[in-house]
Amino acid sequence: MQQLAEATMAGQDTLLDIENLTLSLRDQSGWVEVLNNVSLSVKPKEILGVVGESGCGKSMTALSILRLLPPRDSRLGGKIMFGGQNLVSCSESQMNGIRGRHISMIFQEPMSALDPVFTVGYQIEETLRRHFKLDRREAAERAVAALDSVGIASPRRVATLYPMNLSGGMRQRVMIAMALVCEPRLLIADEPTTALDVTIQAQIMDLLLGLADRTGTAIMFITHNLGLVAQSCHRMVTMYAGQVVEGGPVRDVIAGPRHPYTAGLLHSIPDSNRARGTLPSIAGRVPSLRHMPKGCRFGPRCSYSMQPCELPQAIDREVVDGLDRREVRCTRWEELELRGVGA
Amino acid sequence: MSASVSSKQTALDVNDLHVSFGNPRRGSLIRAVDGVSFTVRKGEIFGVIGESGSGKSTLGRCLVGLLSPSGGGVLHDGVDPFRFSRRELNRHRRKYQIVSQDPNAAFDPRMTILQSICEPLNIAGEGTRAERREKAFAMLDRVSLSAEMANRYPHEISGGQKQRANIARALMLDPNVIVCDEVVAALDVSIQADMLNLFARLQEQFGLTYVFISHDLRVVSHISDRVAVMYFGKIVEVGPAHAVIETPLHPYTEALRSAEPEIDPTAADARKRIILQGEIPSAIAPPSGCRFHTRCPRMRDICRTQEPLQRELLPGRHVACHFAEEMLGEKERSGLGLAGGNGANHAASATNALT
Repeated sequence: MQQLAEATMAGQDTLLDIENLTLSLRDQSGWVEVLNNVSLSVKPKEILGVVGESGCGKSMTALSILRLLPPRDSRLGGKIMFGGQNLVSCSESQMNGIRGRHISMIFQEPMSALDPVFTVGYQIEETLRRHFKLDRREAAERAVAALDSVGIASPRRVATLYPMNLSGGMRQRVMIAMALVCEPRLLIADEPTTALDVTIQAQIMDLLLGLADRTGTAIMFITHNLGLVAQSCHRMVTMYAGQVVEGGPVRDVIAGPRHPYTAGLLHSIPDSNRARGTLPSIAGRVPSLRHMPKGCRFGPRCSYSMQPCELPQAIDREVVDGLDRREVRCTRWEELELRGVGA
Repeated sequence: MSASVSSKQTALDVNDLHVSFGNPRRGSLIRAVDGVSFTVRKGEIFGVIGESGSGKSTLGRCLVGLLSPSGGGVLHDGVDPFRFSRRELNRHRRKYQIVSQDPNAAFDPRMTILQSICEPLNIAGEGTRAERREKAFAMLDRVSLSAEMANRYPHEISGGQKQRANIARALMLDPNVIVCDEVVAALDVSIQADMLNLFARLQEQFGLTYVFISHDLRVVSHISDRVAVMYFGKIVEVGPAHAVIETPLHPYTEALRSAEPEIDPTAADARKRIILQGEIPSAIAPPSGCRFHTRCPRMRDICRTQEPLQRELLPGRHVACHFAEEMLGEKERSGLGLAGGNGANHAASATNALT
């Protein structure tokens, strides 16, 4: 494990590099493809936003990275490179050494991620003792310190409480403490504030970003809230129907989206500076997994759809100084000149 | 829309309304709504903003007569519905509908959409079977659902479609007032935009009166003519939607506005963020004085002991904060045209004023 940590720290350009990831899941009616050639990367200390509506494959990508899918009923293809290893082909025991230690995850609903029958202090200790040689006393001390670091007043008392004794905001703080206690290189935060009130959301985001900055943890931040992405991320990717359709630095994408879907998401948010009128919305809905359009998957909902869109769309990468800067999965992007927000 | 607002007829008149739960003798009395007053004009969209626990849903349920007030009252078009007998109330209530957040819980899974939509008319005993069906299809059309949806079961349609059907059902009895309680919260943004457009269109077509309850500032300010901001059972600020959002005169409204993530990066840069400490206090033991004092960045001694009175600071703008005049002064000094509302650069400068 130590080598792995050093390999990641040795700082190649990317911490996590997903290449052409495909995922199929099996249900009663057979196999169905959920992710199609997903490629994305996270650099050390970077905050990457992953946006899209429900059913676009954001959470499936996260679960694939941590290999938290049912092994019999899921099939992964492509590569997930992390610390010199391909996570797709790691054994379960190798994954156990990585989960919680080098990559950890925060979920939307902390109540379902915390175990109701153990105290929160014990649950944090458990994570620590799984990965480090610590006795119970040392682990308990570090658990209390972790609760303290997430801004919980009287951490010693809270450590003895059960999840049901805590409010939603407090539970999410506990989740963050647990996720960051081993100072992982990568944190996957899947809609961490969606279930919270906006004033609590602001507290939690502030805390999360501050802690990640201090421990040097990179974050893959999955959300449907473009405002949060604009506020906290360096780069973003938009996912649609199991594919990445756009990617680039947050400011560039927001000021000048290249994929009609990203533009649609940006404009469908009510803006108090705009007079009340008809909000631009995206007609239709995400296609069902079993009935994917043959060409551009967004085609049936796209107001710019034309003949070239009837063919499958490839990713078009704009490379600056040998690095991918922006990417878009739309053959017509150069003619479209989509409007962004601000700028 | 503005024409209907200017008409002076009142659809809802809420006067010092209290709604409590629990038992005062056991010390477990929760005053969910604690002295709230406002009026909603006919044809108006009135927004209620608040976080969980602010009492906004309790208020909504009381407005349509699903909960009885424990003090004060609500007048429906000048009539007090709580003085009716149960039978009279049931008849009266048809004109006051509520649409709630979760469309999945709003439909009987064993009934088709058509059956569900016809049910209000069946209960009211209006029309023949054919007439009810005809009306149901007309309603489906109004909410832009195709006729083929009528024979589907709830699990066969999407969340957005279910929410449309939910609205169609609320419209079946030609209500005077519809209370929309977090109707778009569970929907994706593109579908949310569709729904907001639908609400605005229905309002224009039928002159409906809405009370639009939501925790989402953007949603409420987009759709409403006027808004009320609730905190812990009380209204802290009421006024024209745009003015309240762009130049808040209560520290809580200001904090809510600031907590809302800004998409436009240039606007975000220009803005000072306020992050409130702590959470909504326990409902059983509300803080003394101003209820917001435990989290308020402007808290001073007086706030701990004295409850601020609600007063009219600007025409149509009522605020309950000891320092509202002070905030108004700050904002006027920073050069904000508070009376009118082109808020394009208000957002940025209003929050700068706090630094």
